[in-house]
Amino acid sequence: MARSAINMKIAVLSGKGGTGKTLVSVNLAAVAQKSTYIDCDVEEPNGHLFFEPIDVQEEEVSVKIPQVDNERCNGCRKCVDFCKFNALAYIKDKLIIFEEICHSCGGCIMLCPEKALTEKEKSIGKIQRGISNEVAVYTGILNTGEASGIPIIKELLVDNRSQADEQTFIDCPPGSACIVMESIKDADYCVLVAEPTLFGVHNLNMVYELVKLFNKPFGVVLNKCLEGENQAEKFCLEKNIKILGRLPFDSELGMLNSNGEIVARKSKKYCAIFSDLLETVKKEVQYETTTNS
Amino acid sequence: MKQLLILSGKGGTGKTTIASAFIKLSNAKAYADCDVDAPNLHLIIGQRSEPKRTDYYGLPKAEVNPERCMECDQCRQNCRFDAISVGKTYEVNPFACEGCGVCEYVCPVDAISLKPAIAGELMLYTNKEKVFSTAQLKMGSGTSGMLVTEVKKQMKIATSDTELAIIDGSPGIGCPVIASISGVDMVLVVAEPSISGISDMERIIKTAEKFGTKIAICINKFDTNYVNTEQIELFCKNKGLTFVGKIPFDSDAVKAINNGQTIVDINCASGLAVREVYNKTMEGLFEGDNE
Repeated sequence: MARSAINMKIAVLSGKGGTGKTLVSVNLAAVAQKSTYIDCDVEEPNGHLFFEPIDVQEEEVSVKIPQVDNERCNGCRKCVDFCKFNALAYIKDKLIIFEEICHSCGGCIMLCPEKALTEKEKSIGKIQRGISNEVAVYTGILNTGEASGIPIIKELLVDNRSQADEQTFIDCPPGSACIVMESIKDADYCVLVAEPTLFGVHNLNMVYELVKLFNKPFGVVLNKCLEGENQAEKFCLEKNIKILGRLPFDSELGMLNSNGEIVARKSKKYCAIFSDLLETVKKEVQYETTTNS
Repeated sequence: MKQLLILSGKGGTGKTTIASAFIKLSNAKAYADCDVDAPNLHLIIGQRSEPKRTDYYGLPKAEVNPERCMECDQCRQNCRFDAISVGKTYEVNPFACEGCGVCEYVCPVDAISLKPAIAGELMLYTNKEKVFSTAQLKMGSGTSGMLVTEVKKQMKIATSDTELAIIDGSPGIGCPVIASISGVDMVLVVAEPSISGISDMERIIKTAEKFGTKIAICINKFDTNYVNTEQIELFCKNKGLTFVGKIPFDSDAVKAINNGQTIVDINCASGLAVREVYNKTMEGLFEGDNE
């Protein structure tokens, strides 16, 4: 059976930073009213600044890293040779572990003949859960200085997060690397946010390739639209990409947004614009899920 | 050689716009784009010559030989990255595989081996004694930090004795950013006067501070929110951070970029302001050198 369109996961991504991913995902979640918003941009999470959720609960996210018992270590260096990430070194008769380079694969612990290595938990960040009106707000926050937020994203997207009959909006990190891939992995639909600049189009092309590679149905929201030629729009027309909606370049929108306001909750005009956009997205998801099942 | 790295935390605040202007103003002989995930500097500081292209190999990926595999499931159970799945045969998802080698180690029948995998491409432009190093990571790839290190290494090797290198960074605070910070002399943070921009600026400053790197701050599009601009200036003052100026929002800047020009190539307000920012940044970067 086709997945019911009322329970769907929509990822919002862009390639380039600052095109309006958070603007789009926050406002879509706000007009959907009873919905879930998940901020997967764990390096620079911003959605919570708009939602200002209440009843916030916090949960640490940790990874497993090795620790050495120097009494047991006999300096055989099997772990050092095995580690592909060079997270272990044997210097001056002592095993050194570079915690921030470790990928937590568990290999060194598994192969140590002296059982000198054990695992310990190391916190890399946290997840905050709260509520803003009827929107359940999940925020992943990576500790500064940590290299990878992927374990936090995995934890954020654990399946049972969203309630049955509501929509989930996933605010993705910029780029098109592993961290974005992890964020869109379980999405039913991808919304690409593009801005009409040379950079915007170049990066739109990259995420376009990414969603195609992962066979995700998708459409584009054109943000910061000015009069005159729009290179992002031209790109969409050339590639026959569905344009879901247009947001104007507007100083009222810019001011509300830069002050951390949810425009759809503050302005009737934007409430209408985002409600229309939500309806369009829902129809698209419904169409995709019924034709592909 | 002094290396100046331009970062922002938040994306889209104007890193590349400012980096390209700095490259023009300084006539720098060496520059690089470390935003390997979404590189854009080449679009605006294009060089006419063809670059030297090198495949970038990230970590190898595991491969299962189905003829040897006896389906003991050890590899799947021990993989921390959920990269091994069972269909008709045991298969490795190359996007999830991090190349750690645990599966190869636990396989009792040597059915798994690690194969080299291309994770991106390095490009090096050299002409008129100028070196421009950039790269493009493959879709969905990891190891972007390693590629960033390669971009910087490639630039350094190709450059002979020059005073200044300008490096365009990537958004965020994670592995590519950390890799780009290592070894640079100064980080210029391009902040944006929005609630999001301030939060992201604070996080990138904290990250750069962990590496003990000199930091300077400028504000782009400062006139889009005066209250927040004031807050950023105050923040810098209170923390004793070097503030090097502010640049107005300028629709001419968008036009310049869309024409493949830097903002100092045309006569515009942002181009004038960026000159000030440039001069102050250079003062900070070379400060104490002539003592």
